[in-house]
Amino acid sequence: MRGRLVLEDGTVYEGRAFGRPGTAFGEVVFNTGMTGYQEVLTDPSYCGQIVTMTYPLIGNTGICEGDSQSHRPFVRGLVVHQLCATPSHTRMIGRLDDYLYGHGILALEGVDTRALTRKLRVHGTMNGAITSGDAPGEELVRQLSCQGPSDLVAEVATGRPWRVFGDGPHLVVVDLGVKLNLIRYFSRHNCTVTVVPPTTPAEDILDMDPAGVLFSNGPGDPADAHAAIGTARELLGKTRLFGICLGHQVLALAMGARTFKLKYGHRGGNHPVRDLRTNHVQMTAQNHGYAVVRESLAGLGVDITHTHLHDATVEGLSHRRLPVNTLQYHPEVGPGPNDSEHLLAAFLTSLGGQAPAQKAPEFPAALAYQGE
Amino acid sequence: MPLRTGLEKVMVVGSGPIIIGQAAEFDYAGTQACRALREEGLSVVLLNSNPATIMTDAEVADRVYLEPLRLDVATQIIRAERPQGLLATLGGQVGLNLAVELSRAGVLEQYGVELLGTSLASIQMAEDRLLFKEAMERAGHPVPLSAIVHRLSEAKDFARRVGLPLVVRPAYTLGGTGGGLARTYEEFELIVARGLKLSPISQVLLERSVEGWKEIEYEVMRDLGGNCVAICAMENIDPMGIHTGDSIVVAPTLTLTDRENQKLRRAALDIICTLGIAGGCNVQFALDPRTGQYCVIEVNPRVSRSSALASKATGYPIARVATKIAVGLDLTEITNPVTGATSACFEPAIDYVVLKFPRWPFDKFRGANRSLGTQMKATGEVMAIDRTFEGALQKAIRSAETGADGLYLRELASQDTSSLWQALESPDDRRMFIIAELLRRGREVMEIHALCHIDPFFLEGIKRITSMEARLMEPGALPGLLRPAKELGFSDARLAAIAGLDVEHLQRLRWEQGIEPVYKMVDTCAAEFEATTPYFYSTYRARENEAVPTGRPKVLVLGSGPIRIGQGIEFDYSSVHAVTSLREAGLECIMLNNNPETVSTDFNASDRLYFEPLTAEDVMSVIRLEKPVGVVVQFGGQTAINLASEVAKHALVLGTSVESLDISEDREKFDRLLTRLDIPRPPGGTAFDTTQALAIAHRVGYPVLVRPSYVLGGRSMEIVYNDEDLFEYMRSAVVVSDRHPVLVDRYFEGREVEVDAVADGEDVLVPAIMEHVERAGVHSGDSIAMCPAQSLAQPLQDTIIDYTRRLARGLNVRGLMNVQFVIKDNQVYVLEANLRSSRTVPFLTKVTGVPMVPLATRIILGASLASLGAQTGLVPPSALVAVKVPVFSWAKLTAVDTGLGPEMKSTGEVIGVDVDAAEALAKGFLAAGVNLPGAGTVLLSVADRDKPVGVELGRALFGAGYHLMATRGTARSLEAAGLPVETVAKLDEGSPHVLDVIATGQVVLVINTLTRGKVPQRDGFKIRRTAAEFGVPCLTSPDTAAAAVRAMLHRKSRPLAGPVALQQYEAVGRAHRSTGS
Repeated sequence: MRGRLVLEDGTVYEGRAFGRPGTAFGEVVFNTGMTGYQEVLTDPSYCGQIVTMTYPLIGNTGICEGDSQSHRPFVRGLVVHQLCATPSHTRMIGRLDDYLYGHGILALEGVDTRALTRKLRVHGTMNGAITSGDAPGEELVRQLSCQGPSDLVAEVATGRPWRVFGDGPHLVVVDLGVKLNLIRYFSRHNCTVTVVPPTTPAEDILDMDPAGVLFSNGPGDPADAHAAIGTARELLGKTRLFGICLGHQVLALAMGARTFKLKYGHRGGNHPVRDLRTNHVQMTAQNHGYAVVRESLAGLGVDITHTHLHDATVEGLSHRRLPVNTLQYHPEVGPGPNDSEHLLAAFLTSLGGQAPAQKAPEFPAALAYQGE
Repeated sequence: MPLRTGLEKVMVVGSGPIIIGQAAEFDYAGTQACRALREEGLSVVLLNSNPATIMTDAEVADRVYLEPLRLDVATQIIRAERPQGLLATLGGQVGLNLAVELSRAGVLEQYGVELLGTSLASIQMAEDRLLFKEAMERAGHPVPLSAIVHRLSEAKDFARRVGLPLVVRPAYTLGGTGGGLARTYEEFELIVARGLKLSPISQVLLERSVEGWKEIEYEVMRDLGGNCVAICAMENIDPMGIHTGDSIVVAPTLTLTDRENQKLRRAALDIICTLGIAGGCNVQFALDPRTGQYCVIEVNPRVSRSSALASKATGYPIARVATKIAVGLDLTEITNPVTGATSACFEPAIDYVVLKFPRWPFDKFRGANRSLGTQMKATGEVMAIDRTFEGALQKAIRSAETGADGLYLRELASQDTSSLWQALESPDDRRMFIIAELLRRGREVMEIHALCHIDPFFLEGIKRITSMEARLMEPGALPGLLRPAKELGFSDARLAAIAGLDVEHLQRLRWEQGIEPVYKMVDTCAAEFEATTPYFYSTYRARENEAVPTGRPKVLVLGSGPIRIGQGIEFDYSSVHAVTSLREAGLECIMLNNNPETVSTDFNASDRLYFEPLTAEDVMSVIRLEKPVGVVVQFGGQTAINLASEVAKHALVLGTSVESLDISEDREKFDRLLTRLDIPRPPGGTAFDTTQALAIAHRVGYPVLVRPSYVLGGRSMEIVYNDEDLFEYMRSAVVVSDRHPVLVDRYFEGREVEVDAVADGEDVLVPAIMEHVERAGVHSGDSIAMCPAQSLAQPLQDTIIDYTRRLARGLNVRGLMNVQFVIKDNQVYVLEANLRSSRTVPFLTKVTGVPMVPLATRIILGASLASLGAQTGLVPPSALVAVKVPVFSWAKLTAVDTGLGPEMKSTGEVIGVDVDAAEALAKGFLAAGVNLPGAGTVLLSVADRDKPVGVELGRALFGAGYHLMATRGTARSLEAAGLPVETVAKLDEGSPHVLDVIATGQVVLVINTLTRGKVPQRDGFKIRRTAAEFGVPCLTSPDTAAAAVRAMLHRKSRPLAGPVALQQYEAVGRAHRSTGS
């Protein structure tokens, strides 16, 4: 079955359609990770986007047990160079194409994804339509311009609170589209984790008596997350706050900063970030299209703790007086390099939890690795 | 951190001659290192004995010492040069070992030399088995469980504790003799008992077997500030058990999930932090595909073959960055030269599949054991890039130049299935072809996987190729399948063969359908940023072409492909210089090559690099796109020369014409030319069958030299002494056909002489005449060459130059040429003329200072020797004598006869230079690893015809105080000459026999000359093999032996002469001449 990706400027990329036939609209972005397509697809932050993977072979290990970052894929569409027709892996529970079909998502293969990436690099992120139908390109472009704004956070976040019990400190996670790895991390280290909807008022959160509140990652423009920004503003100074990705931007906005849209975003697992406190550089997993305006932080009593080595964008903040720390990137990984786990550990310790040893598993422990 | 203070002069140690396991990758690394140091304003002193390298060029370092890589020599250099720092992690294991020796001997401390980069303690921790194991255990990284045991009962205890299978390795037996893999307890007891008996110290190492696990490598980098990055993850298609140098490798990993990938990456970075590495490092893991469990196999605390591959695979200049780190810079302070904007502190993102395919020497060593295991056997490798696995695999196979134009070997098609299964069980170099053949016969992927443990992902890829073949064979299917077939990487030649068409027809069909490749960039960042010095690869599975030709006039230079015996790094040297000269001449220079180890494929060596197979089709596609004003073929060895006639159909071949190339290679045409030019050559003829061969032999008289036409490196070349042997040769050694006749020539046992010349069609410039130590019959590549010629009377020299000039005019040679002569009874005969760069060009360039390749390049572009202000004729010889000594890789090639003959066997070369010929010879031998002991026992076992020489050598050795030992016949002749000799028993005379005295280290040198004819000489072969395996120098030509004896006697009489730097050659030569006269 033929399929097409039509960009808002009328450019058409043809390919073979797989997954569920139909038409979908979204923001077209590229991710440069060489592994981790399953994690990308299931990361709620990609909601509303048509994702192209720059790595040309996708689907080699199928869908593996335990690797998904949420209960379903949230991308609007997927565009790849080659879908692996014969996936195999010991933890594999299904094929990528079947998985997408099952979740009603259309994908394309056989696309010159490098040409598409170059296009996005030069022109910046664009909106696009992915279709398996015959509608003419102009028609799709017209429809694209009629797409109204949608509340992406509401689409991905939980509608009601849920909790994982542990013996350690209590962490409340404001779900803007949280990845399971984040919950897994704190849960693995014995925290009680309560995940609340993004619209939860601050007093309700404080009533839960948390040791800290984490604003999670999530999709879309941070400036649209009005409820969460309001909640964050009220929580400032009342409990320990930590923000990741969209959560970082929401906290920055709550503290009075501004955000802007990057030309084509940061999406991949090879972004070097300098920790200005130690001067160390670490590779980070990133997935964001917006960033905090550096100048807007002046006079807010906030220190920039991390910056991107390539374009000097703000990658982490720390309030000078209040217990507020944020990271633009993903220390919880899945996908991406796990160089910054110590920052999660530091937050955990500040909550009163047991920081994990920074060591690889011992030999017998490695035996128990399968499926985690 | 900025450049460290107080550092002004740095000594760099190279890796010496090319041997199996240590090849051209260290030329690339060393060259990058020297340049990186000089960029920082540092003065560089280089020690490397390999003249064939770019790194030993006078322009690369401030002082270049082409001297033996030995403690005494290095100490002398340090004393003379007083560097503040030593960089030893870019010269392979040889460089590292020398640094360790220098440190242990206290030399570094004495002269205040700091070891730059990774500390000695870290190196030792990484290299010492026990220290490494302890460090890994401390850091919580699993290593294969192992134990050292001295008794069977201990072994059984261990086995009960950890379970089977276990690998058993007896201590101190060569090549792991007597070891093995035990899967059952019966096997285990048997192997351990045998191992304990065979081990001289009754000790065996038991190790948990990780056979069949995936082998994954990470190239990682750490700076002194503690920042670390993983440059590239590589996956060996071959599971654990086959040396990574012999494995087919892909990058990035293709069968790992992100979780596995990140877990191993983290472990690799933790490990280099634990070890305290500063610079590049390679970490190898075994990963159990069933459980995800891993263990650390090995760490190389230095730049390695894998890092050269990783560097070319990602575009990240590992050697350059490692060097900058060693002198104190942080990763963040180094820019990524490919993007020009981002810093070196990042991890490359790849958006293609890289596949490395080794090049094995089994085509030359028909008797060699070609099965692959833990001992590396490949001499070189190729790298292919495509957007699919199948495309990369098929490109790599074409690039390897083994005659296969796809995943198909005719010889396998005729074998029955059960023998193919068997062959797969003990894998050899043909395993990918065997798998394809089995799939063609309908065998299942999972069946094959169960046997060879190659991940199903790769097997499925091969199956897609064979399934496409099956579809293509259906009548009328071809036109519709052309695009999908090209997307799977099929070559036009293979498609034509499958479809039963000729290649031109198929090509027309393809062009009519508009199916042409597009080219994509290697840019380190998957197109996320703009790249300034990218390189390109082709793909059919894309639409957008990124290699948009510039408007400038451009020249395409064809490289020489993989390093193999007969075509080594010397041709890369010439290619690189040709590119540089063309760029200096204001032309845009495009390089086409596929060897990841070399300088020519470095990101900034040319204006534009195409990483492509060197086949007619792939070259043609680049020509059609770039439309160069001309193509240069004479620097890329026989690989490029063989493409000349195809290239000529689409573009202008610059320099010597294709017609002349053809004359020089076609026996009949060349004979006619020589007759016309009145140049004698040994009589002979061309035979299309055995009767004709016998007739020629009878006409010219025995012995005769026989070989197939159109060969490289003397493949299948033999000297034949009688009818019987000739008959045998014609019957078994070659496949004679109308297209491939056999050449039969009279064999003159004379002095062999060789010249390289620069010609402009009118005149020639000959930098020097090289005289071979060995008489004709030993391949020129395996001969010791002395420069200038040591024993040629002036009239003979004049004749040689005259013949060279006549040939250059007769063939209208424009550029380089190499002519080989034999001198018999004061008569000069021409053996052959190669109208291209040769093996000796870098050697000669360094020794004489004549810039041969730059001159040739200018001539190719239209200049003349006169217009370039170059002299003509023979350059007056310098007072310095240079000796080129071949180096072999016998230890790696089991079951190969080490005897020298007309087939080339050496893998590399070294140089010895001094004003005194004997000293130069001694330096050459020492650099080649032939120790010249001052005392000890020399074992002689020479053929009857060499008995007189044997006696002469015996007398000289005895006179110098050496003890003589000989086998019966040789002993008798020595005794007859009045020399005391100890007779040692031959093999059939019972133990202790001749092999025992070699194996037990009783002799310091073996002289064993070859018996004539093809009668299987079991004793001689075993003597030579035993010497090779126990590392005792064994000389098989009486001439080499005489030279070695001369060098030994010289060495006894005098201490080692001081090292001379390349930059001092002229001054030293002049000084010597003025004092001498």
